Amino acid sequence: MMLALKLAFKNLLGAGLRTWLNVSVLSFAFVLIIFFNGMIDGWNRQGRKDTIAWETGKGQFWHPEYDRYDPYTIQASNGLMSDEILKETESKRLVPILVVQATAFPQGRSLAVILKGIDPMLTVLELPVSVLSSDNGIDYAVIGKRMAEAAKLKVGDKLLIRWRDKNGTFDAREIQIAEVFKCDVPGADNGQIYLSLQTLQEMMELKNHATYLVAGEEFEDRELENWVFRDLDFLLEDFNKIISAKKAGGSIMQIFMLLIALIAIFDTQVLSIFRRQKEIGTYIALGMTRMQVVGIFTVEGGAHSILATILGAMYGIPLFLFLNKVGISFGVGQGMDITLAETIYPYYSIRLIISTILLVVVSATIVSYLPSRKISKMKPTDALKGKLQ
Amino acid sequence: MENHSIIKIENLVKSFPVGKGEFIALDNLSLGFEKGEFAGLVGPSGSGKTTLLNIIGSLDTPSKGKVMVLDKSVSELTNRQSAQLRNKHIGFIFQTFNLLPVYNVFENVEFALLLQKMSANERKKAVMDALEWVGLTEKVKSRPSMLSGGECQRVAIARSMVKRPEIVLADEPTANLDSKNSHNILQTMKNLNRELKTTFIFATHDEKVMQYLDRIISLEDGKVSKDEKVKDPKN
Ligand SMILES: Nc1ncnc2c1ncn2[C@@H]1O[C@H](COP(=O)(O)OP(=O)(O)OP(=O)(O)O)[C@@H](O)[C@H]1O
Ligand SMILES: [Mg+2]
Repeated sequence: MMLALKLAFKNLLGAGLRTWLNVSVLSFAFVLIIFFNGMIDGWNRQGRKDTIAWETGKGQFWHPEYDRYDPYTIQASNGLMSDEILKETESKRLVPILVVQATAFPQGRSLAVILKGIDPMLTVLELPVSVLSSDNGIDYAVIGKRMAEAAKLKVGDKLLIRWRDKNGTFDAREIQIAEVFKCDVPGADNGQIYLSLQTLQEMMELKNHATYLVAGEEFEDRELENWVFRDLDFLLEDFNKIISAKKAGGSIMQIFMLLIALIAIFDTQVLSIFRRQKEIGTYIALGMTRMQVVGIFTVEGGAHSILATILGAMYGIPLFLFLNKVGISFGVGQGMDITLAETIYPYYSIRLIISTILLVVVSATIVSYLPSRKISKMKPTDALKGKLQ
Repeated sequence: MENHSIIKIENLVKSFPVGKGEFIALDNLSLGFEKGEFAGLVGPSGSGKTTLLNIIGSLDTPSKGKVMVLDKSVSELTNRQSAQLRNKHIGFIFQTFNLLPVYNVFENVEFALLLQKMSANERKKAVMDALEWVGLTEKVKSRPSMLSGGECQRVAIARSMVKRPEIVLADEPTANLDSKNSHNILQTMKNLNRELKTTFIFATHDEKVMQYLDRIISLEDGKVSKDEKVKDPKN
């Protein structure tokens, strides 16, 4: 094996330009795979982290009727919180949120919105809603930047909202925007208006009611009466789907690059076996079995991948370190409906790097082995004459 | 022990498929070689010299008949066993030298030993000894492309001799060399033959080679037409 490796590198380096061409293309595929997946992984990690921090917590308990995609059932999907739950909410381990469908009238336009009553003192989520606690007769509201842009609202603006209370009777009230926050999680922003939980409960005549409860790190995992626990897999389902789709989309490009590199190596192998018959015959005359010679040529072709890894590391590591420092800017992402930070910091896991190296090494070795098998059928005497085709 | 037989060929037939029929390259040939011989196969082109050397070197197998090399029947060896036989006991020298271009002189000679279990020190010593026999100790670091034809063939001789094989098979070793280099390598081989008692078997057309042989076997159409000892070969 050592012999084969040594011979492989000598032969590869001796082959000069052709080797470097193969190695460059392969290293490019290698770096591309790591770059792309690192970017997606970075996005995934950031997006997950942000969503947990701004929207989902470590999980949520839903009222059995609640369906986040069905605004028409929202009205009925809340329930009274038991003493046990109230105790958890007081100690800030659970954040109760009451969800109500409403219509807002910014500057005379009408806009369907979701009102969310939330505890202003919450610690579980990062939503900056503490201003909602001020008690000076004004009903303050907090909204996100997306919502502010969509409704053309800014801090200090007043806004009429209209809703139906629990009896189905329309009611209306003026609220004032106290804060506009900026976050990367559209689900915590688009079309939503945050009010103090107490205010909304009172507006709805639903004292101590909530639609769902957000669990914080501190919350001890257990069942809560008939509230349905929704874990992160459930809550992040859409986000995870988008990440998977992006990965799949990117992999086509990566596979394409890798294929080009592998075809080049395959071709080089075929040519090199054809041109080096005499050498093959000589190995056999010197006492190698044909299978050993197959091994030598396979290792030699596979060694392209080792050179490609080294070359890729030479320009890839500085590139990745740089990107990790400055991040990749996605300024336009704000308008999208996916959680996407303005700047993504790629994440290169050991697992990603090792699996990519393995992929490159194994695939290069396989395409090197396939043409090398031919050697095992060569007659040594013919090989020495160099007369096979 | 003086006249120990190391190669015994009985009724060897080698035929190659040609089109629908077959071509008989070696026709019921019987021959023996003893330890320390400096023998040559001569004869017209196509008479079967290379074919016979290949079978002795177990690079090819007999179609019929029996070939015993160092008490082993070459037709019964597995791939691995015949590789072992070549690796340990048989050296090859080719008309075209067949050095590995990416290895330097030292590594080319060392190569055969790498397949054997041997410490690095032992190996180094064996390689340097072999290079000394052929007078190339100065050029250990050179690549084959930097050597003359004669030097290349001397590297090839060192490579075939470094494992101290019982038998060296040399197919037209001087065909690509000028007269001076031919004599030079023949003398080298003759010395090794004397000192190490290695059996050399040549296949050749070359008059210069024949001058050194102590036995000349003439082949014609795959048969031995003459087999004679030479009284007083050149040294
Ligand atoms: N693989 C093969 N297939 C078919 N015929 C072959 C094969 N190898 C050798 N022969 C034939 O066998 C005969 C003997 O060939 P061989 O190479 O042994 O001759 P040679 O005496 O070494 O000739 P030369 O002096 O030209 O080297 C030739 O007629 C050759 O065409
Ligand atoms: Mg010949």
